[in-house]
Amino acid sequence: MKLLRDTSLIFQRQIQLLLRNPVWIFVGVFQPVMYLLLFAPLLKPALQVGSNAEAYEIFVPGLLVLLAIFGGLFQGFGLIAELRAGVIERSRVTPVSRLALLLGRSLRDVVSLIAQAVIITLLALIFDLRVFIGNLLLAYLMLALISLMTSALSYGVALVVKSEDALAPLMNTVAQPVLLLSGILLPLTYAPGWLQGIADWNPFSWAVDGTRALFRGDLGAPAVWQGLIIMAVLAAAAVGWAAREFARSVR
Amino acid sequence: MIETRGLRKSFMSRQGREKKTVEAVRGVDLDVAEGEIFGFLGPNGAGKTTTLRMLATLIEPDGGTATIAGADLRRDPGEVRRRIGYVAQGGSTWDDSTAREELVLQSRLYGASKASAQARAARVLEGFQLSEYADRKCKTYSGGQRRRVDIALGIIHEPKVVFLDEPTTGLDPQSRAHMWDEIRRLRAEGMTVFITTHYLDEADALCDRISIMDNGEIVASGTPASLKREISGDVVRVALAVDTIAAAAEALENYKIETYDDSVRLFVEDGATAIPQILRALDAAGVPLGAIELHRPSLDDVFLTKTGRSLRES
Ligand SMILES: Nc1ncnc2c1ncn2[C@@H]1O[C@H](COP(=O)(O)OP(=O)(O)OP(=O)(O)O)[C@@H](O)[C@H]1O
Ligand SMILES: [Mg+2]
Repeated sequence: MKLLRDTSLIFQRQIQLLLRNPVWIFVGVFQPVMYLLLFAPLLKPALQVGSNAEAYEIFVPGLLVLLAIFGGLFQGFGLIAELRAGVIERSRVTPVSRLALLLGRSLRDVVSLIAQAVIITLLALIFDLRVFIGNLLLAYLMLALISLMTSALSYGVALVVKSEDALAPLMNTVAQPVLLLSGILLPLTYAPGWLQGIADWNPFSWAVDGTRALFRGDLGAPAVWQGLIIMAVLAAAAVGWAAREFARSVR
Repeated sequence: MIETRGLRKSFMSRQGREKKTVEAVRGVDLDVAEGEIFGFLGPNGAGKTTTLRMLATLIEPDGGTATIAGADLRRDPGEVRRRIGYVAQGGSTWDDSTAREELVLQSRLYGASKASAQARAARVLEGFQLSEYADRKCKTYSGGQRRRVDIALGIIHEPKVVFLDEPTTGLDPQSRAHMWDEIRRLRAEGMTVFITTHYLDEADALCDRISIMDNGEIVASGTPASLKREISGDVVRVALAVDTIAAAAEALENYKIETYDDSVRLFVEDGATAIPQILRALDAAGVPLGAIELHRPSLDDVFLTKTGRSLRES
């Protein structure tokens, strides 16, 4: 099928370029590891939990969701560089599927995020985190959907604004409330009622709750399927919109 | 091979608070024959790129029709894409990729299998004398090499028509001559080549036919020779000292005259009889003169008579 073929062509190229730049992988892993080593030790007392393992159960899923959101939202910068180099225009005069131009790139972002997530999970295992493999895979699915959505969103916005100067503040403005209102770094259990009320409207807060439930081993928690469905719907919407932007005239 | 009627495009541009409409292309009619090198000559901002981008399906025209290689631009842009190649003014290579990788990918985006894409890439690299650098990253190429890669990317799928937006801008004279040879080779292979340029000598020497564009409109079309023939007579150029230009212009006010910083140009019926009269007029006005030369009208003179401006100045 043409879409699959085109997507895999774009994906292969993007992965090839990504691997050619190993510095990126180092940076991508270094930061979260710092969080794991330097921030996490504060958690056990702060969260008032009994063991390191419990603290990591709460913190690691939050950290992974954070990476998925931020990693995705800032992918647009790479696209602007490609726009400027004329690579996108060159692709757009070929009969290649416009959806593939987006999916090939977004899938690269998903794959690199999952690679990051695996490394972090493995490290957390050293710190006594324990999680069921089946639950872990579902959690990765959640992360994949989040990163698919945020990267597609970022590409769409990049195609609309076409300049780094506009993209950076825009993405920061989106990211900040999302971050604060999702209970990513600390659960909102202790938050005042009004704050929790607002957070209920933040789709990412559902995703974080679901991911935490999975790490806890609580597969049956409603937050799991609710989070997955919300993320899947939003990812599909973001992909559809961004692919339309690829199809539209760009300059 | 390419036929357009009344092609139009305007842009909304914002300057501070004010919104302004820029009519980039205002009704362009073109007829490009199969197998020719067709040139679009015009100054900066004439609307050349905008026209090309419309024909290459990158932006939608506001109005008008176009048929390219038998496919209708408005109804069937997908088919147009399959039949054309397009090389953007600003280039299209990625710094960290090699020419070979770019070519193989481009060929595969047009549907070629991996093996045939590799074979095509090798052949095109050979043709453009790029084999030596093929596996180096694009950022290490010289301007001329990189431009050749751009063009190779535009023709890797052997299109019927290829659009080259300013293929030689920024190249040194030797690379330009080289590029002209490449473009002639494309024509020899049966392609129809549509180039834009703001170099007069390029339009003159390379193109079979040209259209001169200014301010979104085509002001003249034809072969370079026929366009120049339309301007009857000769051009006399008189080199002068800077401070005597005004006096000279006054002395020669009966002629059709253009003044420059260091010379004046006169359009005359017959150079041989005009020159003695010009010399006498200048002598009578006491203007000391430098070199005087007689030449047949150039494309710049064509542009000048059609627009009232010189292409060199705009
Ligand atoms: N996206 C756009 N938004 C607003 N104005 C535009 C846009 N694209 C082109 N223009 C304007 O349209 C006019 C024609 O531009 P175009 O790029 O077609 O000129 P050109 O003949 O290719 O010039 P050059 O020789 O400098 O490449 C210019 O005035 C330009 O500023
Ligand atoms: Mg241009």
